[in-house]
Amino acid sequence: MLLKTVLIRLITTAVTLFGVAVVVFTLVRVAPGNPIAMMLPPGATEADIENLKALYGFDKSLPQQFVIWLGGVLQGDFGTSITLRQPVDQLVLGRLPATLELSLMALLIAVALGGIAAVIGARKRGSGTEVGVDLVSGAVLSIPDFLWGLVFVLIFGVLWPVLSISGRVDPRLDIDFTTNFYVFEGLLRGRFDVVGSTLAHMLMPAMSLALPLAAMIAQLLKQNLKEVLVQDYTTLARVRGFGETAVILREALRNAALPTLTLVGVQFTFLIGGTVIVERLFAYEGLGNMAIDAVINRDLPLIQGIVLLFAALFIVINLIVDLSYTLLNPRLRHG
Amino acid sequence: MTSNSHLTRRGFMGASVALTALLASGSGLLAEGGKALTIAYNLPVQSWDPTTGPSAVNPALQSIFLAVFDRYIAQGPDLSFGPGLLTEWGFSEDKTKITMTVREGVKWHNGDDFTPEDIVWSLERAGNPETGNPMQFVWGKIGNYVIDGNVITADVLAFEPALFKWMAFLTAFVLPKKYYEEVGAEGFEKAPVGTGPYMVDAFEQGAYVRLKAFPDYWGDAPAFETVTVKFVTDAASRVAEVESGNSDITTNIPYEEYDRLIAKDGLSGEAVPVTDIGMIFLNDIDVMLDKNVRLAAHHAINKQLIIDRLLRGYGVPISTLEVPGYAAYDDSIQVEYDPEKAKDLLAASGYSTDNPVKFTIQTTRGFKPKDYEMIQAVVGMWRKVGIEAEIEVYEIAKHYELRAADTLAPAAFYNWGNSIGDPSTSTGFSMFGPSPHAVWDSADLVEKIGPLFVEPDEDKRIAGYKAVSKYIAEEGYVIPLLQYVMPVVFASNVTVTPYTSGDLLPQAVGQA
Repeated sequence: MLLKTVLIRLITTAVTLFGVAVVVFTLVRVAPGNPIAMMLPPGATEADIENLKALYGFDKSLPQQFVIWLGGVLQGDFGTSITLRQPVDQLVLGRLPATLELSLMALLIAVALGGIAAVIGARKRGSGTEVGVDLVSGAVLSIPDFLWGLVFVLIFGVLWPVLSISGRVDPRLDIDFTTNFYVFEGLLRGRFDVVGSTLAHMLMPAMSLALPLAAMIAQLLKQNLKEVLVQDYTTLARVRGFGETAVILREALRNAALPTLTLVGVQFTFLIGGTVIVERLFAYEGLGNMAIDAVINRDLPLIQGIVLLFAALFIVINLIVDLSYTLLNPRLRHG
Repeated sequence: MTSNSHLTRRGFMGASVALTALLASGSGLLAEGGKALTIAYNLPVQSWDPTTGPSAVNPALQSIFLAVFDRYIAQGPDLSFGPGLLTEWGFSEDKTKITMTVREGVKWHNGDDFTPEDIVWSLERAGNPETGNPMQFVWGKIGNYVIDGNVITADVLAFEPALFKWMAFLTAFVLPKKYYEEVGAEGFEKAPVGTGPYMVDAFEQGAYVRLKAFPDYWGDAPAFETVTVKFVTDAASRVAEVESGNSDITTNIPYEEYDRLIAKDGLSGEAVPVTDIGMIFLNDIDVMLDKNVRLAAHHAINKQLIIDRLLRGYGVPISTLEVPGYAAYDDSIQVEYDPEKAKDLLAASGYSTDNPVKFTIQTTRGFKPKDYEMIQAVVGMWRKVGIEAEIEVYEIAKHYELRAADTLAPAAFYNWGNSIGDPSTSTGFSMFGPSPHAVWDSADLVEKIGPLFVEPDEDKRIAGYKAVSKYIAEEGYVIPLLQYVMPVVFASNVTVTPYTSGDLLPQAVGQA
């Protein structure tokens, strides 16, 4: 059953990615602005312009360009970035770890903050504390992530400069890692200077991304907890002598967490999308920052590579969420 | 229940202290004192080949390239030209040959000797259309190089009066022949080698480049052993970088922030006019074919007021595309702010505030300081004399596309840089119809500018461009607005030599 589900999802994934490839390839070419116009020298003649077009493969028809590009993609060649002059796959995969680490850290912070707030709100339901949790989460949710970023820059970057404002790691550090997963590889290699520096650089952008999601988690999880806490089995747990906190943590949380898990899965993909602006603000060298530069410079091969990777990421994350939901929910597992 | 399955209060405190210590170990990033310098720069280096691709023609990236590579001919802070990797240069009397004397005793960063072959290889590569040098149209005008000792001669295939000025301009960098041929384009991107005052020590694309002083540099040793250039594209973050002390220097920040920062203890600033101008291109279509409308649109703009109110006084009003310091600048050419004259001109064509002339003006928003706001102000001034302009905002990429296809609106705001100050690279290419960068394409200008591109007599060439500038002002073919001022903020323990070209060179930063 699970295998069949996975197989069907893999087939739909391939179809979806092909659709994304067609759409992004067409869109970036019909959108205003082209890279050749941006690099035309002042004295360029028609022949010079044609030479430049030929050099970058823009002299062929749109279908021809697509077939050439898709043929390359199927063989693992995503083309060469016009501005960065390096293979697109290397560039995109090189930046992916930075964005993944940032997104994961934001997710962890969001789950931790949202979870704690939800438990506190559910534990103190009906009291002023619950109202406080609702008010704070509502206020946090109403402020977009990039504004949180500016607030953090002001507080922890300027007024009380304890965190790094820009970049991903201290430029003074020598890093010769095999992967670009600075936190994970740093931990494995015992390079705690790199881990510490990366976390210090990551904290503000991760917090900016995490806060709105944390507020969403707090609201949803608290509501689900409140519903579960009036169920018979929680009453039974109280009869058995468990305190209210223990009832929430040991009995109610697991069941109440299922809808939250779905939310987290869906929101995680949006969170990765949200890195675009936040990475720019903090000069964090992830995929989002690279995507903005690619769009500004009309670096078509790079835009295509980034969008395809984002699409693949979204699909994979959704697949993982669906599968984990199936595993965690007994009704779906045995259905 | 076992105790190790729960987080105890002591355990929690211990974990908190450990995490705090870990973060603290990575957060001590205040700009280093002594021999290290940190610059928060507004644009990331995209490629380390300064001769090919779009980054090679991006004026803002030249500062970083100039720290690592040398040009054939160097340029001083005031746009003057001086010896670079060439110590002497010139055309033959009949302009059919050039002679270049190559500097001796120069080393590449990898220890190889710099040779005249490097110069010839670099020039031949630049002139080859297949290498993708955007300025191939210049470098292809010389060829048939002959090396004799440290002197190179070459044939002039097509005369280019500004050839040696181009040797201090975009893509005019010398690359190492032997090393480049060994490692190829991809290898060079990973480990670039130049002859400049700094070597690339570490580079994280999109994040930073760490430069180390080159001990065998042929020129004066730079003041700082290590320079870290952080690529911080967001202006607010750059302000925070320098305000917090994380960086020693930053540039291209809003003028409001510049004024605020330099008033603070420990920070200083330099704001000098640079070779970058704001202008309104007029297209030879629709109502712009009416000379009265064009001139009225120019006379109606109070440029000084715009500079004072929107740019806090940081700017210089201009009437031609040549600014002070350019070879063909002529301060006698002025188009005064005169709204009454504008009204009279419009009236002569049947327009008034009750019956305004209508057209579209295109502009970017946020690409240059207060670009959109400036155009709003211009449109407001126009409205008072009888011009009703509709603003259309577009991205800079669309501007390039429309300009190359000659389909811009009747009016379009743009900026134009010309760090060598030659009239051919300002008035010439921006107003010469066949150029893909020109917008006004009338035959009269083609006839006037065309011969100047090949005029061998330098005095006659410069006089010719001055005459063209005067003619353009009289005909109202373009509306030059202002010369930009580049703000640089820096810690008070360093000194910065501002360059009129707009470059912020690490080697021009000293210790106070």
